[in-house]
Amino acid sequence: MDAKNITTKERLAIPRQVMPAQDPVLRAGNFSEVHLGLTPELAQMEALRCIQCKDPVCVQGCPVNIKIDQFIKLIAEGDFLGAARKVKEDNVLPAICGRVCPQEDQCEKVCVIGKKREPVAIGNLERFVGDYERLTGQRIVPEMAPPTGKNVAVIGSGPAGLSCANDLAQYGHKVVVFEALHELGGVLMYGIPEFRLPKEIVRDELDGLRKMGIEFRTDVVVGRTITVDELLEEEGFDAVFIGVGAGLPWFMGIPGENLIGVLAANEFLTRVNLMKAWDFPNSDTPVFDCKGKNVAVFGGGNTAMDAIRTAKRLGAEHAYIVYRRSEAEMPAREEEIHHAQKEGIEFMLLTIPLEFIGNEQGWLTGVKCQKMELGEPDDSGRRKPVPVEGSEFVVPLDMAVISIGNGSNPLIKQTTPDIEVSRKDTIVVDVNTMETSKEMVYAGGDIVTGGATVILAMGAGRKAAAAIHEKLSGKASSFNEW
Amino acid sequence: MYRIVSAIFLAENIKKFEIEAPRIAKKRRAGQFVMLRLSETGERFPLTIADSDPEKGTITIISQGAGKSTRALNRLEAGETITDVVGPLGTPSHIGNFGTSVSIGGGVGTAIAYPTAAALKAAGNYVITINGARTRELVILEEEMKAVSDEAYITTDDGSYGFNGFVTQKLQELIDSGRKIDFVLAIGPIPMMKAVAEVTRPYGIRTVVSLNPIMIDGTGMCGGCRVTVGDEIKFACVDGPEFDAHLVDFKNLADRNRIYQHEEKASDEAEAHRCRLAAQS
Repeated sequence: MDAKNITTKERLAIPRQVMPAQDPVLRAGNFSEVHLGLTPELAQMEALRCIQCKDPVCVQGCPVNIKIDQFIKLIAEGDFLGAARKVKEDNVLPAICGRVCPQEDQCEKVCVIGKKREPVAIGNLERFVGDYERLTGQRIVPEMAPPTGKNVAVIGSGPAGLSCANDLAQYGHKVVVFEALHELGGVLMYGIPEFRLPKEIVRDELDGLRKMGIEFRTDVVVGRTITVDELLEEEGFDAVFIGVGAGLPWFMGIPGENLIGVLAANEFLTRVNLMKAWDFPNSDTPVFDCKGKNVAVFGGGNTAMDAIRTAKRLGAEHAYIVYRRSEAEMPAREEEIHHAQKEGIEFMLLTIPLEFIGNEQGWLTGVKCQKMELGEPDDSGRRKPVPVEGSEFVVPLDMAVISIGNGSNPLIKQTTPDIEVSRKDTIVVDVNTMETSKEMVYAGGDIVTGGATVILAMGAGRKAAAAIHEKLSGKASSFNEW
Repeated sequence: MYRIVSAIFLAENIKKFEIEAPRIAKKRRAGQFVMLRLSETGERFPLTIADSDPEKGTITIISQGAGKSTRALNRLEAGETITDVVGPLGTPSHIGNFGTSVSIGGGVGTAIAYPTAAALKAAGNYVITINGARTRELVILEEEMKAVSDEAYITTDDGSYGFNGFVTQKLQELIDSGRKIDFVLAIGPIPMMKAVAEVTRPYGIRTVVSLNPIMIDGTGMCGGCRVTVGDEIKFACVDGPEFDAHLVDFKNLADRNRIYQHEEKASDEAEAHRCRLAAQS
């Protein structure tokens, strides 16, 4: 079959191509990536499944409106680099988004093929072109506008900051990215584990951004080391973008939560991912020794799946997800839930923790739980869990990881009082421009939305870059064109 | 990379460093800390900033070799570099003219009590300092403390210098002598801070302590440094590190600081093993 002569009927007859993956038993014992990626042959075959709709609804389903039909057509024709270039017109980090975007709720959800069959594997194809570009060493150098002489400070080097920095650099502005941690990448480095997003990919993307002339400075906590006002007034920046991400983790407020062995998912994942505690004592940072232990993660989101699968890989004997609703209500990606199940994670659904139990030395020994049943739908439209009387039971535990979400990073609010924040301490912006209440200061990502996805943060970064460019150059620009 | 300008031992195992960090030096206020990382495989750990010189662009930290990282730090000399120094972090000390203030430093805690004592003096307080150590050789910053004090006391547990006894006994003596004390700042080992809190509690003297929970990022992200203050969960890195001593759950803090005791021991043994190997070769 070739891309030019294939009929729609033939396209529809091709089954969704399965991306090779590591064996579940094997992978539950290592930190290597779960999926191995599509081969060029598999990618081309999958691309042929796209019927090239006249009105591609998938593009509308994508938060940054990647020209999905066009890049898939290029893959089908074997022009993989052309496809990469096409994706990169709208998304600078395809190898990352292809891995961590919830495509089943976005582009693939609305794919026309998906109505009767399985949708085109858009995410896998996006990942393929990003990997192809990297692995063949043929990095596409984006077109850069001539220097404008304007300077923009980007605070935070996570998905929002990186996409904003990329676009601003392409518009011709000088960009300096400030990062609080010693390593760049934000949640891509400290939060998402290696088995879901290899850190080498993030580092490679960062190299690409450096080659575009973007400057990175680590160990700078904006609000503390330097303030937003100083950036604007003393350091010569014409605009500032704030993409500092989510902040301190929430706890459940139940008894025993401060016992030794109860920690937040952010801490557990940061120790393992950023500080490489899996390699202790070669790496100085320790993490709770999970070998042969009972570990439970409380929560049902992607972070909860990341945490429990990490605990399993660190040798946990029993690795539980405790979630108060049923699987259908879990906010985690379906794929992540399935991966976890295959790796031997035990799901305690419709279960709510009442109290952590500890010994005299203050160490966690177990959790008292109660069964729930689903009642009437609540404000979120999901059926509200209601406790079942007399269903209490105790699960022996050595470590409990709380993964029920994060508040906002508190530092900007504390140190820059003239930026308006909401009741939840997120930064308030004009949704069309991402401009804050402070002139020439823009914001995007989790600091604006509360905990959300990588792609939404990237979309916000790009929207802000377009608005900043418009303000600095006095020219209107759409963020899909440069 | 952050260059060490000077490195001198103040006492056995307690070393004072001046580090080039111009931005931090300019911003730093009493009570704030930095996170350090010594190498690519190193852990992040907090140390309070003892002093700073915005003109020279340096900050001063004082480190007691207690774990792997602080011991490694104390092996560094002037001219060498530290991979990462981030700050200034934490909420600065609340400084006001409270009247008569007592600043108590226990052991290396004196390094943290000193800048706040200096700030209290500058704010117009009558400053009494109590500088406690186990024994004479471990007394640090004696001259510095004296310079910012209206009254300066040294206490040693073994009586080898100054007042024979604990800092709490000296504090109790001051209270018993009828002195009106308006504010107490106590920084040192957890049992000492807890004991000071108990001394001042019956008199309702406002008392502040600086807590040292385990931290990773130090910037308000990981939640590792949570402490129980009153009925609330607080995060030492952004809400603290200074809290109302009468509300802090010290037992919980001490418990939680023990979470990695086995790993720390393993780390110490591995280090001792490497040292033995190095000595043999």
